[in-house]
Amino acid sequence: MENLVYIALFAPFVGSLFAGLFFARSPKTHLVGFVNSTLIAVAFIAAVTLALHVAEHGAVHVTMMTWISIGDLNIPFGFLVDEVSVTMMLVVTLVSTIVHIYSTGYMNHDKSYNRFFAYLSAFVFSMMILVMSDNFAGLFIGWEGVGVCSWLLIGFWYHKEDKTFEENPSISPSWAANEAFIMNRVADLGMLVGIFLIYWNVGSLQYDVVFNALPHLADGLLVSIAIALFIGAMGKSAQFPLHTWLTDAMEGPTPVSALIHAATMVTAGVFLVIRANPLFGLEAVHGVSMFIASLGAFVAFYAASMALSARDIKRIVALSTLSQLGYMFAAAGLGAYWIALFHLAAHAFFKALLFLGAGNVMHAMDDELDIFKMGGMKKVMMGSYVYMGIASFALAGLPIMAGFYSKDAIIESAFNDGSFIIWAILVITAGMTAFYSFRQVFFTFHGEERYKALGFHPHDMYKYVLVAMAPLAILAISFGWFMNNFHEFITKNLPDYEMSEHTEHLAPFLGTLVIILALTGIFIAWKKYAGKGANAWKRDEKFEQSFIYQLVTNQYYIPKFYDEFIVQPYTIASKKFWEIDKAVVDGFVDFIGKGAYKTGDVSRRMQNGNLSSYLNWMGVGALILVLIAVISSVIG
Amino acid sequence: MIGVNHYLVLSGLLFSIGFIGVLRRKNLLMLFFATEVMLNAVNIAFAAIGSYYGDLSGQMFAFFIIAVAASEVAVGLGLLILLYKKYGSLDLDVISSMKG
Repeated sequence: MENLVYIALFAPFVGSLFAGLFFARSPKTHLVGFVNSTLIAVAFIAAVTLALHVAEHGAVHVTMMTWISIGDLNIPFGFLVDEVSVTMMLVVTLVSTIVHIYSTGYMNHDKSYNRFFAYLSAFVFSMMILVMSDNFAGLFIGWEGVGVCSWLLIGFWYHKEDKTFEENPSISPSWAANEAFIMNRVADLGMLVGIFLIYWNVGSLQYDVVFNALPHLADGLLVSIAIALFIGAMGKSAQFPLHTWLTDAMEGPTPVSALIHAATMVTAGVFLVIRANPLFGLEAVHGVSMFIASLGAFVAFYAASMALSARDIKRIVALSTLSQLGYMFAAAGLGAYWIALFHLAAHAFFKALLFLGAGNVMHAMDDELDIFKMGGMKKVMMGSYVYMGIASFALAGLPIMAGFYSKDAIIESAFNDGSFIIWAILVITAGMTAFYSFRQVFFTFHGEERYKALGFHPHDMYKYVLVAMAPLAILAISFGWFMNNFHEFITKNLPDYEMSEHTEHLAPFLGTLVIILALTGIFIAWKKYAGKGANAWKRDEKFEQSFIYQLVTNQYYIPKFYDEFIVQPYTIASKKFWEIDKAVVDGFVDFIGKGAYKTGDVSRRMQNGNLSSYLNWMGVGALILVLIAVISSVIG
Repeated sequence: MIGVNHYLVLSGLLFSIGFIGVLRRKNLLMLFFATEVMLNAVNIAFAAIGSYYGDLSGQMFAFFIIAVAASEVAVGLGLLILLYKKYGSLDLDVISSMKG
C-alpha cells in the first residue's frame, strides 16, 4: 500500500519533470501530452486502489522521511490516506486525467504546449501533497504549491496585452495572475498565523496530535486559530471579500479554469475546514462556524446575482463556482462536513464538465466569450451541447442529477439547523442558479444563430476529447446515486450529520420547493433567451441602464473599490518609498562606490612612471611613518 | 669635548643631505651618491652609539653595511653603464619609460 501512496503522489511530479526538464525548449510534441496524461491516469488508478483498501482496512499512514528536525520541532514528510483525503485524491486525479486529455486537444495549436503540461502536472502534484499530507506544514507547502502553479497557469499567455480595467472583462492574463497570487498571499498570512498558533500551543503540527490536544486549549485561543485558518481558506476558496481574483483568473486557458479554478484548487479551503473538523466542530468555536455558514450563504447569493447578468461565458461559470463554494462553506459551517465534501466532489465533476464544454464553445468561436454573439450552436456542436446541458441540469439541481442530491442535502441541513435565513438564501440562490446556467445554455446553443451574421465558423472539438469527457458526464448524472454508500464510507472519519426527527417529514416538501424554483428559473430563461428572429438581437436597453443591473454587472463595484482604495494608494505609496529608497539607500551605496572611484582617480596621478617622483612619494611616506611613530610614542 | 650628540647631529645632517639629494636629483648617478651619503650617515650613527655604549655590535653592523653597500654599488654601477649605453643619458626624466 505504501508504494501505491507514493505512486499516486509522485506520478504527476514525474510527469511535470519529464515535460519541464526534457521538453521545455523543444517544439510541441504529442509525446508530452501522452506521457503526462498516462502518468496522471496511473495516479488515478493508484488512488482507486487506495480507496478500495481504505474502505476495507481503514486509513494508510506512511512517513517517507524526516523533513525538518530542529530542537523540539519535528516535521516529517508524512502522508495520511484516510476516507477524507482519498475522496479528494479520487476527485483530483480523475478530473486531472480528463483535463490532461482534454488539453492535448485544446492546446493543440499552442506553441507552449510542453510548458503547459509541465505546469499542469506540477499543479496536480502540489494538490496531492495538499490533500495527502498528515500535518499542517505539508498542507501549507501544497497550499503554496498550488498557488504558484495557479499563478503560472493563469498567466500562461503572459504575452497578451494589458487592457484597461474598465473594459471588463478584458484584462491581461499577467495582471490576473498577479491579482490571484497577491490576494492569496494576503489570506495565506492568516493561514500561517493559524499554523504558528497551533505550533506554539500544541508543539506539533501532526493532525492527530493537534486534534487530540484541542480540547485542552483555552477557548479564546481556539477561536483565534479557527479564524486564522479560515482566513486562509477564504483566500484559496475566493470567499468574500477576497473573491475578485477568481473571475479574473478566467484569463487563463480553459482547461486550467476547469481543473484549478473550479474543480480542485478553489475547493482546498473547503477541504481545510473539513480536514480541521475537530477544531471547527468544537462548541467553543461555534461562532466561527456560524460565521462560515453565513458567509457561505452570502457568497452563494452574491455570486449568483452577478452571474445573472454576466455576458462572458467563462465568467458565468466562474461565478457559479463561487456560488457553489458558498454552498459548501454553508454546509461545513453548519457541521454537515460530509455533505460539504459530497457536494465538493459532485461539484468538481459537473463544474469541470461545464467548463470543458465552455472551452469547446470558446475554441469553436475563436476565443470569443460573449454569449450574445453565439446562439443556435447545438446544430454544429451537438456533443458539447449535450455535455453542457447535463452539467447545467446537475448544477441547477434537477432530480436524478448529482447536484440534486448534494445541494438538496445542504439546503435541508440549513433548514434542519433552524438557520432559516441561511436556508431562505440558499433556496432563492438555487432558483437563480438554474436561471443563469440555463440562460447561458439557451444563449449559446438555442435560438437565433447570431454567430453566422458575425462571421464565425464553429466546429466541435476533436472526437477523442469529447469521448474523454464522458466519465465526467456520467458522474455528473450518477454521482448522487451513491450518496448512501458515500455516507457510510465517509462517516467513519467525519462526524455524521443526521436530519432530526421533526424536519424529516418536511424534507420532500422542501426538495419540491427547490425543484419548482429551479424549473421556474429554467422556464424564464427559456422564455427570454431561446427566442428566434429579430427578438434575439434585441436587448433591454432601459433595464441595462438601471441601477441594479449596473451594480451587478460591475460586480457591486468591488473591483473598482479595491482599485481606488487599495491598489492606487499602494501604488502612490510605493512610488514615494521608491524615491526615498533611491535617495537614502541607493545614495549611501553610491557614495561608497563613488568615493572609491574618486580616490582612485585622484591618486592615479602618483603613478606617472617617473622614478624621481616615485622617490619623492616614498620620501613623503617615510616622513609620514616617522611622524606617526613620533606621535604615537608621545601619546603613549 | 666631542660627545655622542655631535656625532648624531652630524649623522642627521648627512642623512638629510642624502635624503634631499634622493628627492631632488635627477641624475641616476647622483642618486647613487646620495644613497651612499645616507648609508654612511647611518654608519656614523651606528659607530658613535656603539662606542657610547661600549658595545661592539654597532660597529660590526656598520662594517656590514659598508660591505653590502660596496656590493650594491658594484651591481648598481654595472646597471647604470648598461642604461647609459641604451639611452645615452642618465637623466630620470629622459629614461622614464612607464607612463601612468
